[in-house]
Amino acid sequence: MSSDKKFFKGGQHWVWLNAGAISISIIMVVGLLLLIAVRGLSHFWPAEVNTFKVKEGSSIELVMGEIHNFEEDIQDGLEREQYLIKTGNRDQYGIDFRWLDLKNIEETSVDENVVVLERREWGNLYGYIKSISMDGKSVEASAENLAAIIERANDLHHEIREIEAGEIGSINYALEELRLEQRRLELDDELTNDALADIEKQKSDLNQEFLSYQDNLQKLYADIKRDTAEFELIGGQTRTVNASMMVRSFQPNAMGVFSKIGHYFSKIGEFIFDEPREANTEGGVFPAIFGTVLMVLLMSIVVTPLGVIAAVYMREYAKQGPLTRTIRIAVNNLAGVPSIVYGVFGLGFFVYFLGGSIDELFYPEVKPSPMFGTPGLIWASLTLALLTLPVVIVSTEEGLSRIPSAIREGSLALGATKFETLWKTVLPMASPAMMTGLILAVARAAGEVAPLMLVGVVKLAPTLPLDGNAPFLHLERKFMHLGFHIYDVGFQSPNVEAARPLVYATALLLVLIIILLNIAAIKIRNNLREKYKSLEQ
Amino acid sequence: MTEVTKKTAIENNPLANEKIAVEVEKLNLFYGDKQALYDIDLQIPEKKVTAFIGPSGCGKSTLLRCFNRMNDLVDIARINGEIRMNGQNIYQPGMDVAELRRKVGMVFQKPNPFPKSIYENVAYGLRLQGINKKRTLDEVVEWALKGAALWDEVKDRLHDNALGMSGGQQQRLCIARAIAVQPEVLLLDEPASALDPISTLKIEELIHDLKKDYTIVIVTHNMQQAARVSDYTAFMYIGDLVEFDNTDKIFTNPSQKKTEDYITGRYG
Repeated sequence: MSSDKKFFKGGQHWVWLNAGAISISIIMVVGLLLLIAVRGLSHFWPAEVNTFKVKEGSSIELVMGEIHNFEEDIQDGLEREQYLIKTGNRDQYGIDFRWLDLKNIEETSVDENVVVLERREWGNLYGYIKSISMDGKSVEASAENLAAIIERANDLHHEIREIEAGEIGSINYALEELRLEQRRLELDDELTNDALADIEKQKSDLNQEFLSYQDNLQKLYADIKRDTAEFELIGGQTRTVNASMMVRSFQPNAMGVFSKIGHYFSKIGEFIFDEPREANTEGGVFPAIFGTVLMVLLMSIVVTPLGVIAAVYMREYAKQGPLTRTIRIAVNNLAGVPSIVYGVFGLGFFVYFLGGSIDELFYPEVKPSPMFGTPGLIWASLTLALLTLPVVIVSTEEGLSRIPSAIREGSLALGATKFETLWKTVLPMASPAMMTGLILAVARAAGEVAPLMLVGVVKLAPTLPLDGNAPFLHLERKFMHLGFHIYDVGFQSPNVEAARPLVYATALLLVLIIILLNIAAIKIRNNLREKYKSLEQ
Repeated sequence: MTEVTKKTAIENNPLANEKIAVEVEKLNLFYGDKQALYDIDLQIPEKKVTAFIGPSGCGKSTLLRCFNRMNDLVDIARINGEIRMNGQNIYQPGMDVAELRRKVGMVFQKPNPFPKSIYENVAYGLRLQGINKKRTLDEVVEWALKGAALWDEVKDRLHDNALGMSGGQQQRLCIARAIAVQPEVLLLDEPASALDPISTLKIEELIHDLKKDYTIVIVTHNMQQAARVSDYTAFMYIGDLVEFDNTDKIFTNPSQKKTEDYITGRYG
């Protein structure tokens, strides 16, 4: 027999086909992750700032900025190569980016003295320090002095944020509660003079407190504006920036490798742990991480018991017949319904009907602004729980059907009722299968965006759903989500070019979070499997 | 079964001197349309070992499972006739099946310990009864494991997973689990068929010890085993109880031709 024949007869070509298909899949997944990782992670590395001497016609212009991108195209039959330069200074030029034709660039130089200043508004500033005014006195225009005034301003900024979000936030929350309390009593016709006086007293106490914080804040606001720095831009113009507007400064061209690494990690830290600035194109994504994880956890808490109970009923108690079979098929098909449909359902049923009814019945005082009758964390979690319910039901059912009847009989023969057998033996043994269902559910829910846009996710949430004001977990609040954040930053942002690296970084973060959630669930499942491994034989 | 054989069975009642633990009367069992047991009349003597023998599919396991109503789990099974324990028909409506199964313990063909610790396996039946006091449980677990001749082998690893034991040990654990709730009757459904000869021997010795305290009914494929461990033997054939008598008599001088054919290995 020829070796060719042997190859086909032995089924080798199928093996090669399968191996090829798997290789392609793996290459695609790894490639995707690599692309996201490289694009996302390189964003935080401090890029060199070049000064270009550009000659267009007879005029000569100096341009300063980071090389952001390189492109080749053909225009009028001529090949054209051009750089996309991030020039910053949006207050000067109107936009952050500018294309430079390579053939117009006469000279490129790198100046060590260039300073990059990240600002709270208007994006980055590129230029040279001209003068610094500290506490009304003019001091040496050095990077150290600039760093010093920025650090001071940042400390004060932090303090202000803390008072605003913490103490004043609490006072506002308490005042709102009082207002609702008063309205509630009014509606119930129980607003006696005593009660009113009591509420008024509490209100005036709170206002008193508020005023004292207000004073404090005014002082801080004045204090944070104390220092200023003047910069000279590349065209020769100057710009004065108040310290309260500065976030950080660095001189990328003068940095060594180690200080660049330090800068890199501090930027990543800012990305993960800070709040977004400038319409989400700067700063961090912490509220989105928090929202994503909290929503997935709430969803898990809802979907697991619901799915398990449904599966137990269908597998153990329901009479196996055409009806049960139909229901089972229906449940399986639910997994294939497009997620936006769940979003619409969630909006109609959970938000408007359920939430509206809750407001009507329990919180009549909040009218006209709804409390639960508006998209929020709880409705998003419930909608996703509904979306992932079929997965949990199916895998739990499979787990239940795999438990050998010998084990059930053993338990029944000892005088256990059917419920006791289920509760003490069958369910613990089926728990790894339930965890498998949950893992799949988490994987699906964490990446879902479309339905969330209808039932609770917003571009920018003013407060986290978890804070220091009782009852601490505010299920009715709107929240931020990484998936939606990617969409928002990538497509709804006023500054798409600047935001693009953040899209990759956020995508990477989302993938990492899903992987982390999955690893946690898989770890739990493996522990359970170890405990009940008899089944695997 | 013919009229003649029934008459013989009643006239030469081999159980004249025994106290009766379980009485089976006119028991018929159907799986759907198919009848699996025909008019079984049988008396199980107290604190003796009764063996059911017969070829595969003759209904001996089915009959055994009638004693603790395990056949209830089969949707299509239907039963008429009576099985009486302590004068009470266990198939009467309103019977507490869980309570019945507590009084009639069962050990299955394949060892089926729960995926829990050895201790928890034995304590399972007690916990079901709401006994959770540590001292009581400790005592009963030790007593049951000693009763199943397993204590010395496992006393140092009571909290290890039961699935780590050998097959023979697992089967003895199942026996310990069954006797921990102190049943009146112990049903053994081919308890040694999945075990090696040494483990089988241990189980047989155990059965011998256990009959002091329990009424034992054992189903077995192995005729030597029936001859070794039982006091009385019932031979069944395609749903009929062909002959019931002293084990010695069945194996040396059976009164039925079918029994003799089976014993001598002409079929089975």
